Amino acid sequence: MAEALRSEDYLRRTDSVAGWPVRIVTYRIGNRHYCHIDNVSPGATISRAEGTSCREAEEAALSKAAERLEKTRRRS
Amino acid sequence: MQDYAHPEALVSTDWVAENKDNSDVVVVEVDVDTGGYDQGHVPGAVGWNWSEQLCDQVVRDILPKEGMEKLLSSSGINNDATVVLYGDNNNWFAAWAFWQLKVYGHEKVAIMNGGRGKWLAEGRELSTDTPEPETTDYTASDADNSLRSFLPEVQKALGEGGFDMVDVRSPEEFSGEMLAPPGLPETCQRGGHIPGASSIPWGMACKEDGTFKDREELEELYASRGVDGDRPVIAYCRIGERSSHTWFVLAYLLGFNGVTNYDGSWTEYGNLVGVEIEKGS
Repeated sequence: MAEALRSEDYLRRTDSVAGWPVRIVTYRIGNRHYCHIDNVSPGATISRAEGTSCREAEEAALSKAAERLEKTRRRS
Repeated sequence: MQDYAHPEALVSTDWVAENKDNSDVVVVEVDVDTGGYDQGHVPGAVGWNWSEQLCDQVVRDILPKEGMEKLLSSSGINNDATVVLYGDNNNWFAAWAFWQLKVYGHEKVAIMNGGRGKWLAEGRELSTDTPEPETTDYTASDADNSLRSFLPEVQKALGEGGFDMVDVRSPEEFSGEMLAPPGLPETCQRGGHIPGASSIPWGMACKEDGTFKDREELEELYASRGVDGDRPVIAYCRIGERSSHTWFVLAYLLGFNGVTNYDGSWTEYGNLVGVEIEKGS
């Protein structure tokens, strides 16, 4: 009987992307690594990515997040 | 959970792990898209896409009654089933689904405390199998619009007073400094808030792990901003999903009466022609 899938190596941290605070969550399910990034306030998903390593998934997610966050403007 | 006004409306990840195989229980993951669901979900859980399956695709509206019946039937949900909802973004879209199920009269529905994030963080079992449930013949009630505020009701309440208006967006959206959360498209012409609204961001109701704060803390939070359940409450955000989260807190965890979700929210009010808004904090 195959072993059940679980999320492993689950890590959560905050950082900054394009000047905006983000929450970066990485984990592995089976042999795939995933990265999920939200915008902390209010906590909306900004990007998701996957890869064969944590680094690959995180770099792809950060790239997508930067692309979206760079367009965000503050108004006086 | 027992201290909340309606403890049956909230279940723990432990409860879901123990009851997910119960034939009377249907677990549903609700996300803005199903990208997360596809990675792995609670075994046996059905996946709902908020954008495509929980909103009318032609009229800006919740699902029509027939649409809800079709969705629930195809998800293997019968009228007596206990539906357990969870999702990402700390259950925003699960709360939207909860609110919509209540609008259409489903009795036994609960949210999994902490959502998808907590399930993953705890390293619980996942599956990538998409269930193929046997179709049911679900019959929904007519929409109970007492759980919902439409623009005319909001404007009437503004004119007559006697209610609390809660803006659950971020402080920057409330003040008008930002038109949308960072990284999301700007969907309104003006930044600011509905006159007289109190800023109580949705996330203040949650702990760091995404679970809801205890009842006492929640009561203190809302009372400190003048919302104590003595008057009807209208909650709103940008598109109505964050405010359905706060609607759940006020109506089901605190047991306030007369709480409505103004799902038109700022994308409607902030775009009205000839209508005054407020700016600043």
